[in-house]
Amino acid sequence: MFDKVWLIPIFPIIGVLINGLLGRRIENINKSIIHWIACGAVALSFIVTCILFFQMLGLPADQRLYEFTWFDWISGGVLHTYVAYQIDPLSMLMCLFVTGVGFLIHVYSIGYMETEEGRYYRFFTYLNLFMFSMINLVLANNYLLLFLGWEGVGLCSYLLIGFWFSEEANAIAGKKAFITNRIGDFGFIIGLLLLYTSLGEHGIWTLRFSEVFTHVHLLSPQVATAICLLLFVGCTAKSAQIPLYVWLPDAMAGPTPVSALIHAATMVTSGVYMIARSNILYSMSPFAMGVVATFGALTALFAASIGLVQNDIKKVLAYSTVSQLGYMFLGLGVGAYAAGMFHVLTHAFFKALLFLGAGSVIHSMHHGLHKIHSHVDAQDMRNMGGLKSKTPITYVTFLIATLAISGIPGFSGFFSKDEILWQAYSSPHGHFILWLIGAVAAGMTAFYMFRLVFMTFFNECRAPEGAEEHLHESPKTMTVPLMVLAFLAAVGGYLGVPHALGGSNRFERYLEPVMGLGPEKLLHKAGGAVAQGAHAAAEAVHGAVGHAAAAVHEAGMGHMAEAAHHAAEHGSMFAEYLLMGISVAIALVGIFLAYTMYIKKRDIPEKLANSYPFLYRLLLNKWYVDELYELTVIKPLHGFSVLLWKGVDVAIVDGIVNGVARIIGWFSGVIRYIQSGYVQSYAVSVVLGTVVLLVYYIIKAIS
Amino acid sequence: MNQLNFPIISLVTFFPIFGVLILLMIDKESEDVLRGTAVAFSVIEFFLSLPLIFYFNDATHQMQFVELIPWIKSFGINYYLGIDGISLWLVILTTFLTPICVLCSWTYIQKYVKEYMICLLLLETAMLGALVSLDMILFYVFWELMLIPMYLLIGVWGGKERIYAAVKFFIYTAAGSVFMLLSIIFLYYYNYKVTGVYTFSILELYKLNIPVSVQFWLCLAFFVSFAIKVPMFPLHTWLPDAHVQAPTAGSVILAGVLLKMGTYGFLRFAMPLFPYATHQFMPVIATLAVIGIVYGALVAMVQPDMKKLVAYSSVSHLGYVMLGLFALNMQGVEGGIYQMLNHGISTGALFLIVGMIYERRHTRMIKDFGGIAKVMPVFATFFMIATLSSVAVPGTNGFVGEFMILVGAFRSFPIFAVVAASGAILGALYMLWMYQRVMFCPLDKPENEKLKDLNAREIITLLPLAVLVFVMGFFPGLFLRKMDATVSYFLKDFNTRYEAYAQQQQPTIGDRIAAVMQIKDNKNITVE
Repeated sequence: MFDKVWLIPIFPIIGVLINGLLGRRIENINKSIIHWIACGAVALSFIVTCILFFQMLGLPADQRLYEFTWFDWISGGVLHTYVAYQIDPLSMLMCLFVTGVGFLIHVYSIGYMETEEGRYYRFFTYLNLFMFSMINLVLANNYLLLFLGWEGVGLCSYLLIGFWFSEEANAIAGKKAFITNRIGDFGFIIGLLLLYTSLGEHGIWTLRFSEVFTHVHLLSPQVATAICLLLFVGCTAKSAQIPLYVWLPDAMAGPTPVSALIHAATMVTSGVYMIARSNILYSMSPFAMGVVATFGALTALFAASIGLVQNDIKKVLAYSTVSQLGYMFLGLGVGAYAAGMFHVLTHAFFKALLFLGAGSVIHSMHHGLHKIHSHVDAQDMRNMGGLKSKTPITYVTFLIATLAISGIPGFSGFFSKDEILWQAYSSPHGHFILWLIGAVAAGMTAFYMFRLVFMTFFNECRAPEGAEEHLHESPKTMTVPLMVLAFLAAVGGYLGVPHALGGSNRFERYLEPVMGLGPEKLLHKAGGAVAQGAHAAAEAVHGAVGHAAAAVHEAGMGHMAEAAHHAAEHGSMFAEYLLMGISVAIALVGIFLAYTMYIKKRDIPEKLANSYPFLYRLLLNKWYVDELYELTVIKPLHGFSVLLWKGVDVAIVDGIVNGVARIIGWFSGVIRYIQSGYVQSYAVSVVLGTVVLLVYYIIKAIS
Repeated sequence: MNQLNFPIISLVTFFPIFGVLILLMIDKESEDVLRGTAVAFSVIEFFLSLPLIFYFNDATHQMQFVELIPWIKSFGINYYLGIDGISLWLVILTTFLTPICVLCSWTYIQKYVKEYMICLLLLETAMLGALVSLDMILFYVFWELMLIPMYLLIGVWGGKERIYAAVKFFIYTAAGSVFMLLSIIFLYYYNYKVTGVYTFSILELYKLNIPVSVQFWLCLAFFVSFAIKVPMFPLHTWLPDAHVQAPTAGSVILAGVLLKMGTYGFLRFAMPLFPYATHQFMPVIATLAVIGIVYGALVAMVQPDMKKLVAYSSVSHLGYVMLGLFALNMQGVEGGIYQMLNHGISTGALFLIVGMIYERRHTRMIKDFGGIAKVMPVFATFFMIATLSSVAVPGTNGFVGEFMILVGAFRSFPIFAVVAASGAILGALYMLWMYQRVMFCPLDKPENEKLKDLNAREIITLLPLAVLVFVMGFFPGLFLRKMDATVSYFLKDFNTRYEAYAQQQQPTIGDRIAAVMQIKDNKNITVE
């Protein structure tokens, strides 16, 4: 069945073709055909993925890699790229939740977009196109096809952010997303070119993962670092990290299901996926990993700080996403690739749920406000409140997601976030500071999320007069996905219960085959001098005897390392408990603060804002980063372009051309007088000529 | 005589002339008959050219479907035609774009319809002739012949400042051709001096061993001529004027095929004839190409006129083509050729799109639009596809060309490739910005509220281009595999001959000047 992997991307693209080409007609006949096609396509992809997934699980761990070449893509000379897919634990994991969560959000969209007239088919076409791109991204067996998905999802993001394009702000937000991502892609593609040509120098002309990763040792450390950093530039745009995160908050202009699917659960995590996929490459460059970890940690803190004061419900969630992505990169950067991926998974559940919940709230608010013809902002939390009783399902599910993201023990976010924080502290690439930043950001997260819950669902309703009685729960197509996701957000974490809590971290085990450094990582963890020495010795053997020796080394050292690892594990167990306790405590403090400020003594926020106006405005205006970019990049570039056009093109180049033409014209004008047809003027010329000649000869004779 | 035993190239080349003859017989007043006839001929012409693809043997680098008939024996001028992997797709592109051009002029052109259609068909023959000629004089005749219909298209059916634009176009290109002609004649005499045979055959002249010092000047002459045509920075300023003033079909042909004559010229003449000099020029050309990419993109960004924006984007795109060709490796050259085709399709489509909106609103100023997607959804879709192709989103044809060029360039000159790649950011910037201002935002101009969406004819015009964007984006092998043999031979031959030349001593500036003197002496001797 593995050779049927192409079925996964083909269903959504068929959906695109049908709805894209005939959608307008179908919509006129019966709107529901459109969403049946779109949801059905994704459901089929999901089913195929499930089948393949379980088939793969049936195989022994070391055989879980299957590559399927569909057709030849861009080739010429030594360049050979294919549209080819790969089935392995990582790609299957991504594909499962992309199609799974994607399906739920498709279903949810039926309810959310029901009032959309005439453009309903477009929405589902774009969503399907997104699924196609995202599936290509995660299933690709080479970097170029990954890049196709990578830019493809960016394109869909652009189209969907600007879905309601009649508002200028939405159109601008879409464009901003695309351009920012293009800047990142610039780094990405240069990284690819560098990787391709530097491996090519060793005769390995390939972009295929399995080939690249078995040959990365040929790269010099400097080149490896450069490649990793360039690829990371791509991630900072796609996964919204400092300094290219600026597009994501604006992307909230799109319909809420889009925010949930693209800007929370799937697309924005593709940077994390890419680095996890390239973990062997990144492990070659501790420097690049340090950069990834640092940027991740800083982003986590920075975005959380902005989230503290935002009033738009989706904006809070957007900054929260940026912040959570920062955690994932922090995990990757300290070498905890599996932990990073684990957070991708749990985040997909609870963040999709948060967005869909927010969407349900907005949907309800819209409805209520529409009824009384009010133009109050339906997304501003200051107009909400007391929705707990109006939208009970939304409230309960939302609360579960909030508990998960805040890292309350037992919920999914707790396990993944804690794994990252623990690794940030304990891993050889980690540092106490990184842990501290992460822990502080976790406290902020708990605060702003509960602030959001309290402002939205608690207290009295602040909606305009008369709107309140029209607020009600959303339709079934919206609440059922909420419930499914709530279940996943609650229990998803048990996939990877760490050893410290009596689990076996099955998630990490599962991903081990793709992480390529299983034994080596265990060695690091053991940290013992003996193991280190043995490792060095083994490495020498590895170098000398080659691959056969390597296999022996891996098998032998694996056991040794595992034993050492277990010994070390018990010693550090205490530290792990301690840190876990601290981070939970910090989260509880955050919740308590939110409770005090937004339930008990609701005048505190205003007082705080008044006593620290500078800080408040700085945060409210998102540290003025957009303004900074506008001033330092966009304006100068525009000015320079105008200068080139008016100055160089029109004035200089055309000036010269027209000048030459004018001189020739003038010269011809002068010459014209010579041939005027008047006998007199000819006579004058003859006389003048004679005189000139005479003078010439006379001078000559004299000298 | 060739694999079909049939002069198929002649048929394809001159079939439009047959159409011209028929058009001449039709009454001036019956305009729809004229239009229909032109469409019919151009469509049949396209189908006639298809056997060239099917019977093309992609295993050989040799010229195919060759026709060789002595023309002016005493001068060694032959009627010598042939197609290889380099020219094949350009020929198809020409026959493919012409019917589209005729179709898009259906209502756009209201005066002198008969003459207009004749001009278009005449132009098609001239372009095809230039692409298939293997004799320098024959090539030169077609090359110059292209100028006249194009000059008329701009000068007669153009916009307000058509005369200025037409003259500028004509003078620029004609000035370039003069240098080329001088160079051709020199080669001819030089060949006679060395081999004792009078010939203008390109394939024969490839074999010449031209002194390194002379090569520089000959190559320069060809370069200038082709660089104007491409156009390369800083010889590009005729292009925006010509595009803006030309009628839609003129712009499509100009962007789609005429500009490719420049890049094709580099591949067919300048590079293989003068490998050593080409090598010397490599850094200069690559620099100019990269400047063109960034410069064209930046200037495009601030254009208030949609058509001018697309025109400047051409400068940027053709910069990619040149960068690819001069990377002088498989990926670069194949990517460059592929990008020529892409540019014909994406920029062709963009010009059609601008033309369609102009026909409705009689303005091309970006600020006059806004929110058009609401009233013209089908138009918006086509516009989006063309935009995506132009900004080289993976999955479209543009990406294939751009990626191959970047790979090729990165192998030859990494820094240039990096700068060129930044052009992709700027490309997205100006295209999406235009799209946003024209198609998105509120529909706030009352004139735009009643705009009609595309009619069936317009959809038929754009549909083939839109389909090709994706076919070429996902299955580039269909096109690239036919080029492989030719391009790899081209590079192998180029390199062996370059190596041979490189054995000879490197000339100094003094040598070059001396060489010029030598040229004059040689000429005198041979003429005598």
